[in-house]
Amino acid sequence: MKEALMQIKEKGVAEIRSAQSLKDLEAIKVKYLGKKGELTQILKGMGKLTAEERPVIGLVANEVRALLEETIAKEVSILEEKAMLEKLEQEKIDVSMPGKMPRKGGLHPLTKVLHELEDIFIGMGFSIAEGPEVEYDYYNFEALNLPKDHPARDTQDTFYISDNIVLRTQTSPMQIRTMEKQRPPIRVIAPGKVFRSDSVDATHSPVFHQIEGLVVDKGITMGDLKGTLELVVKKLYGEDAKIRFRPHHFPFTEPSAEVDVSCFVCKGEGCRVCKGEGWIEILGAGMVHPQVLRNCNIDPEVYSGFAFGIGLERLVMRSYDIDDLRLFFENDVRFLKQF
Amino acid sequence: MKVPMSWLNEFTDVKDIPMKEYMHELTMSGSKVEGCDTVCGGISNVVIGKIEKIEAHPDADKLRVCQVNVGEETVQIVTGAPNVQEGDMVPVALAGSTLAGGVKIKKGKLRGVESNGMLCSDEELGVNINDEKATGIWILDPSLPIGEDAVKALGLKEDVVEFEITSNRPDCLSIIGLARETAATFKRPFAVKESVYHENGEDIDDYLSVCVEDNQKCYRYAAKVVKNVKIEPSPEWMQRRLNRAGVRAINNIVDITNYVMLEYGQPMHAFDISYIEGNEINVRCAKDGEKIMTLDGIERELNANMLVICDKEKPNAIAGVMGGENSGVTEDTKTIVFESANFLGSSVRKTAVSLGMRTESSARYEKGLDPNMVLPALNRALELVEQLGAGEIVGGIIDIQKIEKQPVTLPLEADKINRFLGTEIPEADMIKILENLTFKVENGMVTAPSFRIDIGCMNDIAEEVARIYGYNNIKSTMLQGDTLQGGFTKEQSFENRIKTLLADKGFYEIYAYSFTNPKLFDLLRIDAESPLRKVVTISNPLGEENSIMRTTSIHSMLEVLQRNYSHRNKEAFLFECANVYLPKFLPVTELPEERKKVTLGCYGNTDFFALKGMVQALLDDLGIDKVSYVPVQDNKTFHPYRTAHILNENGDTIGVIGEIHPLVCKNYEIGEKVYLCELDLNTLYDSVNRTLKYEHLPKFPATTRDMAMLVDDEVMVSQIEAVIVKKAGKILEHFSLFDVYKGSQIPEGKKSIAYSLSFRAADRTLNDEEVNASMDKILKGLKEEVGADLR
Repeated sequence: MKEALMQIKEKGVAEIRSAQSLKDLEAIKVKYLGKKGELTQILKGMGKLTAEERPVIGLVANEVRALLEETIAKEVSILEEKAMLEKLEQEKIDVSMPGKMPRKGGLHPLTKVLHELEDIFIGMGFSIAEGPEVEYDYYNFEALNLPKDHPARDTQDTFYISDNIVLRTQTSPMQIRTMEKQRPPIRVIAPGKVFRSDSVDATHSPVFHQIEGLVVDKGITMGDLKGTLELVVKKLYGEDAKIRFRPHHFPFTEPSAEVDVSCFVCKGEGCRVCKGEGWIEILGAGMVHPQVLRNCNIDPEVYSGFAFGIGLERLVMRSYDIDDLRLFFENDVRFLKQF
Repeated sequence: MKVPMSWLNEFTDVKDIPMKEYMHELTMSGSKVEGCDTVCGGISNVVIGKIEKIEAHPDADKLRVCQVNVGEETVQIVTGAPNVQEGDMVPVALAGSTLAGGVKIKKGKLRGVESNGMLCSDEELGVNINDEKATGIWILDPSLPIGEDAVKALGLKEDVVEFEITSNRPDCLSIIGLARETAATFKRPFAVKESVYHENGEDIDDYLSVCVEDNQKCYRYAAKVVKNVKIEPSPEWMQRRLNRAGVRAINNIVDITNYVMLEYGQPMHAFDISYIEGNEINVRCAKDGEKIMTLDGIERELNANMLVICDKEKPNAIAGVMGGENSGVTEDTKTIVFESANFLGSSVRKTAVSLGMRTESSARYEKGLDPNMVLPALNRALELVEQLGAGEIVGGIIDIQKIEKQPVTLPLEADKINRFLGTEIPEADMIKILENLTFKVENGMVTAPSFRIDIGCMNDIAEEVARIYGYNNIKSTMLQGDTLQGGFTKEQSFENRIKTLLADKGFYEIYAYSFTNPKLFDLLRIDAESPLRKVVTISNPLGEENSIMRTTSIHSMLEVLQRNYSHRNKEAFLFECANVYLPKFLPVTELPEERKKVTLGCYGNTDFFALKGMVQALLDDLGIDKVSYVPVQDNKTFHPYRTAHILNENGDTIGVIGEIHPLVCKNYEIGEKVYLCELDLNTLYDSVNRTLKYEHLPKFPATTRDMAMLVDDEVMVSQIEAVIVKKAGKILEHFSLFDVYKGSQIPEGKKSIAYSLSFRAADRTLNDEEVNASMDKILKGLKEEVGADLR
């Protein structure tokens, strides 16, 4: 009987090892360990054995059973792993194929750069002011020291709705509206659409955008104006960007300046973009004119302030090297996709 | 303002300063340099030559062969110019020379005769002499050294700097003004010498009388008479300067008036006295409808607001703008009146604008000139008359000044200026800066020169100090003072969030013009009586197509979609967030209402429900729920059966969504179905009603039931859902539509609709009876209210 068991053990192990599939193994399991299996048959015959033989043979029989079970289990896991690998292999994909993208959208480049600027100013405690695009002549001109027939009105070709209503030519009326509503300390920027009766070409548009800035408080200096704008330019264009202030004239600021930023293409050497000057004009600024403060019932003997106006389109054109202003308003998706 | 540097250097001296440095420094002190042109800078190898001998050309009637002494040698040159004679001194372009405009001269043969260069005209040397007698080769002064470089000997080469002058500085629209700025910038001496001339023993009053009737528009009027005038071309030096400053030379008298205008910034005029009827000048306002033929040959109709210079009868000039054709200087003029006057800037400006004629003169007057400049300019003109031998100056002057302007005097508040600028400039330095700009500083008071019409307060003095001190020498400082809260308002953040959400949902943002074409209403099929047709109109638009402020954003969106479609973009998903302009009354007497619209538009690979889904997701993200979609049939812009108003919980219209009507698509030439949604930003903001609050996760299981029913085709899902919500009771957790079916096994005019419903209670497991009871109520309600039959 012991021989029979050893035979089963050898034969069984060999059969298990040579099994090709889980099905084979199942068959082998049934063949030896099943209810009518060879080992089971032997165990059933145990009753015929003597009391002395029984435990000995029983021990061997259990060992054989355990070995067969263990061997089958091992082989099963090997085959399962193999089967899994085969399955996975069949599921092979080309990972270099394109992903399934959700439809892409995006903000207009003008909005993107405006948000950047708003972030910078908000970081310095500024609020955002908004006001009408169709504006009274008083706010757009008169309160800003530009009475009717003032020659400086020439530089801003104005769309008129009526004698005293215009499409605002600048965001500067927001200076007046802000000071009428709010007492110092004031720190606001006012971004928005402005309108001038310019024919459309690569650098002109009858509709464009400005960002007005206004700070009014006790003891505001021209040094503060410089410091503030320098910080903005550095945050926008990087630490090595330089700015320079050039005297200029605006009726509502005194002293007034135009501000140039070092050309970011040539870094000041002079190139095509900056027309050889090394500098690019980006904004107008100045100390709020005392008469403008008085127009808003703010005493210029107590308070001073500065104001500035940034042309958004120009800034964005420089940032992304865009050479034609018309692209902003054409809104071709092939353009919009690039930002 | 174009400034030939030789002219400027007559009043100061900056000849030693390199041009690049000059341009930079002037720009930084406030006179912005636009550019610099080195006139005659490219001319080379042209020398002074003397024509020794002229012979006829053997084979050409019109050519002559000249032997020209050019110093070390004599060269043979063939010329076609008829005006040269033996012994003439002429500019000679030698072989290998370059002329104005980059023209190169080489050796060559003309009809077989060797020619080793070219005799030059004034134009070929970059000079333009206006003299009928001097056409052809430029005949030079015989005293010039033979063989010398012609550019050098004639002083031709010169830098001409162009300045951009701001409107507050009319004093800088002059050579003297810019010389003053130059001198102050470089701390160089500056002087204008007094004009000197001689008069005859006669009295001007025997020739002329002047009456200023309107002294509000004419501050000062001065006149001098010159007799025995000889009209001829002005000398080459004067013509050269005028040309280089951008003014055409005419004749000696006209050139003198222009020369003085450029030098002093004071416009002048010369009348032929023989045309001044009654020998009297009246400065008065024109009569309505009075006419004058101006120098440019155009007849102008005048009105009572326009100041004119008249004789006894008629206007001879429009004050400060342009002279009349009939009283100007001609070749036969014998006696002239020089006018130097000061007119009110705003009046000149109004006149010039309404006549549509801007001149060098009006451009100066309108910015405000100094009445004290009237006499120095007049005297300079007379000095030039004498210098040019242009006539005999009659004794005496007429000078009528009714109102004398007081000079502006302000305290010099050095500390205050320093506090304002953020500087520590010593008072002595400030005084020096101001004095260099010809301000007077005495006993702590600053008196501005009378030509500085822009000075009026401390800030103005501060600017003078700052710009010469150097803006860029002011130390940059950070803002001090109270910390401010800053930041976006809730409304601004809301708008920013909408933009970001739409971008994330696959829409590109667009920017459109605010004004648009009045034809849009027809293109959009908007009813004739629609309030949208009440518009704010621009009185001076760029064109009909940009003449009204838009009252709807749909047109702009369709235009942009059309553009993308015509550019063959397969699809476009776009949004805009911008204003429409709704007038309160017509005609417009107060500002219109500006309402911001969020507009979504798309074509290509989409449908109504795709757009609606995105709008629903947007509203959900924004916290706007309980929104209903109500069909709209009467909006002719949209498809009558595929359009809805979007209402909030209160029934306010948030906006409209739908498919654009095929006829509208056709009007816009878009060959695709277009879906569009216009939302009102304020209403959106007001519709936000969800306050975010955590709800406990359910502890008890849900029970789900499906139901399918047959209803009439006309029944809308929203009606069914209203019944479900109304009848289900609190235990209905949510429900969803999962099938709508029409077709076989469904009777004509009916549709099958299937819902999945989920019931749950927060405090217990629901039993079947409870759910069944709710379902029964729902089904009963559906049967009664929408005629639904359970399938």
